[in-house]
Amino acid sequence: MKRVRDWFANPWGQPRALGTITWLYMAWSIVPVLIAILFSFNDGRSRSVWQGFSTRWYWGDPNLSVFHDPAARSALEQSLRLAGLDMLIAVPLGVGLAIGLTRWRGYGAKPVNYLMLFPLVTPEIVMGVSLLLVFVLLYSIPLGTEAQVLGQVTFSISYVVIIVRGRLLSIGPEYEEAARDLGASQFAAFRLVLVPLLAPAVFASFIVVFALSIDDFVVTDYLSAGSPTQTVPIAIYSNARGGTTTPALNALATVMVVVTLLAVGLAYFVYRWAARSQPGTSGRALNEIAALEV
Amino acid sequence: MTRRWFWPSFALPGAVWLVLLFLVPTYAVVAVAFGTVDPIFQNPVPAWNPLDWQFHTMRSVLAEFEPGHTFWTVSVRTLAYVAISLAGCLLIGYPVAYYLARHARRTKGILLVLLIVPFWVSYLMRMLAWIGLLLPDGLVNRSLIHLGVISQPVGWLDGRPTSVILALIYGYVPYLILPLYAVLDRIDRSVLEAGRDLGASPIRTFFHVTLPLSRNGILAASVLITLPMFGDYYTNDVISGSPHTSMIGNQINLYFQGGTQKTVGACLVIVLSVFLALLMSYYLWATVRASAATKESLL
Repeated sequence: MKRVRDWFANPWGQPRALGTITWLYMAWSIVPVLIAILFSFNDGRSRSVWQGFSTRWYWGDPNLSVFHDPAARSALEQSLRLAGLDMLIAVPLGVGLAIGLTRWRGYGAKPVNYLMLFPLVTPEIVMGVSLLLVFVLLYSIPLGTEAQVLGQVTFSISYVVIIVRGRLLSIGPEYEEAARDLGASQFAAFRLVLVPLLAPAVFASFIVVFALSIDDFVVTDYLSAGSPTQTVPIAIYSNARGGTTTPALNALATVMVVVTLLAVGLAYFVYRWAARSQPGTSGRALNEIAALEV
Repeated sequence: MTRRWFWPSFALPGAVWLVLLFLVPTYAVVAVAFGTVDPIFQNPVPAWNPLDWQFHTMRSVLAEFEPGHTFWTVSVRTLAYVAISLAGCLLIGYPVAYYLARHARRTKGILLVLLIVPFWVSYLMRMLAWIGLLLPDGLVNRSLIHLGVISQPVGWLDGRPTSVILALIYGYVPYLILPLYAVLDRIDRSVLEAGRDLGASPIRTFFHVTLPLSRNGILAASVLITLPMFGDYYTNDVISGSPHTSMIGNQINLYFQGGTQKTVGACLVIVLSVFLALLMSYYLWATVRASAATKESLL
C-alpha cells in the first residue's frame, strides 16, 4: 500500500506499471519476428513446429532454398534493384523540390506545396489503382520494372521534401546571404554553402527512401508484370498462407531483414562519424534518425 | 544579382513529376469511374472530357451503399474494424509513448532502438511472423492447449474478425507511438511542475495538463494510422482471406486484381477518397479550432 501511495506522491519516480507495459509491448513487437527468423533455420518443412537446426532453407536444399530457387533470387534482386533506382531518382527530385519550395516565393509555390502533401495522406491502394489506370489507358507504359520505379518515386518524393525542408528551415537563409555579400554568385553560394549544410539531410533521405522502397507492397504489386518483377513483399503476400509453403519463405524474409538492418546500421555509423566533425551535433544522431520516420 | 528563375528551376522537375504521376492519375480514376465499358472486351473506356461523363455506374454503386446492401455491410465492417483497431492502438501506444517520454532514463536509448526496429522490418514480414504463430499447430494454439484454455486447436487464420483486428493493431501501432512520443517529449516539464505546485494530484495533473497538451498529437497520430488502415487489404488477405471479414480495400482490390469491372472499382476508389477527404477536413478543422482556443485562453 505504501508503494502505491509513493507512486502517487512522486510522479517523477519509476512507475513500474508503465514500465512493465512498455517492456511487454517491446517484447510483443519483436519476439514474433525473432521466432519467424528462428523457424527459417528449421530442419523440417514446418513453419510452426521445431524439428532441429539446419541451413537447408538458405542454401542446403537444391531446389527450394533461397540460394537455389530462381523465384526467390529474382525477388531479392528486384527488391534491391527497385530500391536503388528509387533512391537515385527520388532523392534528387525531392531535394530540388524542397530547396525550390523553401526559397522561391512566387505564385506557383503554394499549389505545388499542397500537391506535395497529398501523396503522404493518400492510401496506397488509391495510388496503386490510379497509377495502374493511367499507365494502361493514357501513357501506354508497360507494367514491370519501369512502371514500378515510376510509382515508387511518386510516393517517395514527398518524404524527401519533408526531411530536407526541415533542415532548410533550421538553417535559415543567413549563411547564403553572407556568402552573397562577400561576393559569391548565386550558384557559388548554393554550391559552397547550401550543399554542404544539406548533406546530412540528403544522406538521411537516401536511407528513408531505401526503407520505403524495400517495404512497399501495394504500389509495387499493382504495377508489377507477374513473376519476373515480383519483389520480396509480393512473394510473402502470395505465399504466406499456402499449405505447401516451406520455411524458405521465412529465410527469404530474413535475408531481406538482415540486408535492411545492415544497411541502416552502417548508415547510422557513417552518419554519427560524419556528425562528429561538426561540434555539438554528436549524440543526437539517434534522435534524428528516430525523428525521420515521423 | 538574384535571377528570378534560379529557385523555381530547382522545384520544376519534382513539380512536373507530381503533376504527371499524381494529379493526372487521380483524374484518370475519375475519368474511368464516369466513363463507359467496352461492350465486347469489357475494358473500361475512360471519359476524359467532363461533358461525356456518365453517372449510371456511380449511381448503382451508391445504391449498394444503402443499408442492407453489399457495400453497406462492407463499410460498416471497415468502420468497426478501423475504430476498434485505433482504440487498441491508442490504449497500447499512449502508455508506451508516455513512459518513453517521461520516465525512461538509462533505458531510453535501447527502448528507442526497439521502437524503431519494426520500421525496418517489412510490414508483410511482420504479418508472416504472426501467420507462423497462428497456424493450427503454431505456438499460440499449442500454448493455449497447454494452459488448458482450449482443448482443440483454433483456426485463427480461417476468417476471424479478432485475428484481423489484432493484426491491424500489431501492424500499425508503431506508426502511432513514434509521433505521440515526439509530442509528449516536447511538453515542457515546468508546466507539469506548476500543476503539481498548485496542489493538483498527479492524476489531476495528467488529465488537466498532459492530456490536453497532447490532444493534437493524439489526433495527428490517429489520422496517420487511420488513413492507410482504411485502404488496407493485404493484412486482411494474409490473416483471414475470407469474404466474411473483407474491408473496403479488399472490395477495391477484388475489382482490379481479380474481376473485370474496373469501372465499379474506380467508383469505389472515389467514394473512399471523398470519405477520407471529409475525415481529413474534420481533422484540420479540429486542429485549427484547438490552437485558436489555446491562444485565446493564453491571452
